[in-house]
Amino acid sequence: MTSLRPAARQNAAGWAPALVPNVTAWRPALARGVLPRHDPVRDADLLLLPERVVVLHGRAGAVLARCDGSRTVAGIVAELSAEYPGAPVAAEVPDFLAGLRKEGWLT
Amino acid sequence: MTTVAPPWALLAELTHACPLRCGYCSNPVELVGRSAELTTEQWAGVFAQAGALGVVHTHLSGGEPLLRRDLPDLVAAADAAGLYTQLVTSGVGLGERRLAGLVESGLRSVQLSVQHADPAVAERIAGARSFAAKERAARLIREAGLPLGLNAVLHRGNLDALDELIRLAVAWGADRLELAHTQYHGWALRNRAALLPTPGQVERARSTIARWRERLGDYLELVWVAPDLLDATAKPCMGGWGRISLTVAPDGTVLPCPAAGSLPGLDPPNVREHQLGVIWRESKAFNAFRGESWMPDPCRGCALRATDHGGCRCQAYALTGDPARTDPACRHAPDHHVVRDLVHDLVGGPRRLAYAYREAPREAPQAQREVPRDLRRGIRDLQREEGP
Ligand code: SF4
Ligand code: SF4
Repeated sequence: MTSLRPAARQNAAGWAPALVPNVTAWRPALARGVLPRHDPVRDADLLLLPERVVVLHGRAGAVLARCDGSRTVAGIVAELSAEYPGAPVAAEVPDFLAGLRKEGWLT
Repeated sequence: MTTVAPPWALLAELTHACPLRCGYCSNPVELVGRSAELTTEQWAGVFAQAGALGVVHTHLSGGEPLLRRDLPDLVAAADAAGLYTQLVTSGVGLGERRLAGLVESGLRSVQLSVQHADPAVAERIAGARSFAAKERAARLIREAGLPLGLNAVLHRGNLDALDELIRLAVAWGADRLELAHTQYHGWALRNRAALLPTPGQVERARSTIARWRERLGDYLELVWVAPDLLDATAKPCMGGWGRISLTVAPDGTVLPCPAAGSLPGLDPPNVREHQLGVIWRESKAFNAFRGESWMPDPCRGCALRATDHGGCRCQAYALTGDPARTDPACRHAPDHHVVRDLVHDLVGGPRRLAYAYREAPREAPQAQREVPRDLRRGIRDLQREEGP
């Protein structure tokens, strides 16, 4: 099944509480049909979807580049914290990822 | 002139040929013949130029793009140019091997048209046997793991059956269902009297959608493209003329909008003669209604101009004879009375559901052979094609 409808989307109202016990095990990966791309013309990181183009700002591209299904959220946070010392990685990245999951772009 | 921002999307109309004959088809009345179509190499060139220009997304459309035997090569060329490829298809001809070949070439997603959830009604609307093929195509697309969007053009003959359409989309495993009211361009204009829904239908449909949205949440994305004539609201023209996207017609004509070929004096450029980048930035056609300087009153001072871009140029031309007028669909337009009268006449007219079909090799089922009543234009053509 394509992950444009990951489990989290199937119960829109209840997804957040259901996510909590799982969150440490979650290894984010881009959903099927979601394509990350660097746009050389605009010098921007993009997510391409069937009917949509999402322009990623700041370091969002660097975050998503690590969403390959092999790293946990904690693992991603640890890598990014090492790479960008002083950035509010631990405070922002988990919410950012959860938001993308809710959109259906990450599974 | 200020620098022109690059386009995001390319609508590639690979062919006008189509096994279906939908009465609401907005492709031109005069279709491009197969022999005038761009070759594989020419399309590959178009995709490469589009990618270099900043396009990241292409809809491979038609007509029926599956009728291009070289479709896998075209998908591969678009993919190599960095474009996200979406196939827009009737599903007729999308078998397992064909789909596998396309996926292998880099196809990312599919948008499948549906006319109605009832097979017999659907085939009457499409003017061709097609329902079983669509059902199979939907299943194969899901099995291939590709995102599946369904699109249904809405009109008087299916607007009361939205519940069934939505259930069909769920049953077929769609991620998205686009419910788009008919745009009265090209062939559809001929069938306006048979297609235009009643205000009551539209109102009921709106509450149906609201109910389903609540019920489905994010499970199925329901997109509603409003009926501009009945809503007295101008439709946002493709995100703005020459702003977001461009269309390449089967013969290489480049248009700011798929219907713009009908506009007088537009003199649209062709990829056989010019580079896409030059066309996008410099051609007269792409600059004709770009931005806001062309806008007449009341658009010029209207807060909504950044949203709807003054509405549809093709409709302004069709209804007033001048493409630079405010779209008469808009309740503020000086010509809005034209639309009011039209809706009044058509909605009050007889409720025949009969369409004029494009000529096709197939015999139409018996029920299609009525002549639509009240068609202001084209009545003679209809009689020629349908017989009284
Ligand atoms: S001019 Fe009209 S038909 Fe053309 S893109 Fe704009 S809204 Fe659509
Ligand atoms: S006046 Fe022009 S800009 Fe304002 S709503 Fe109407 S069409 Fe849109």
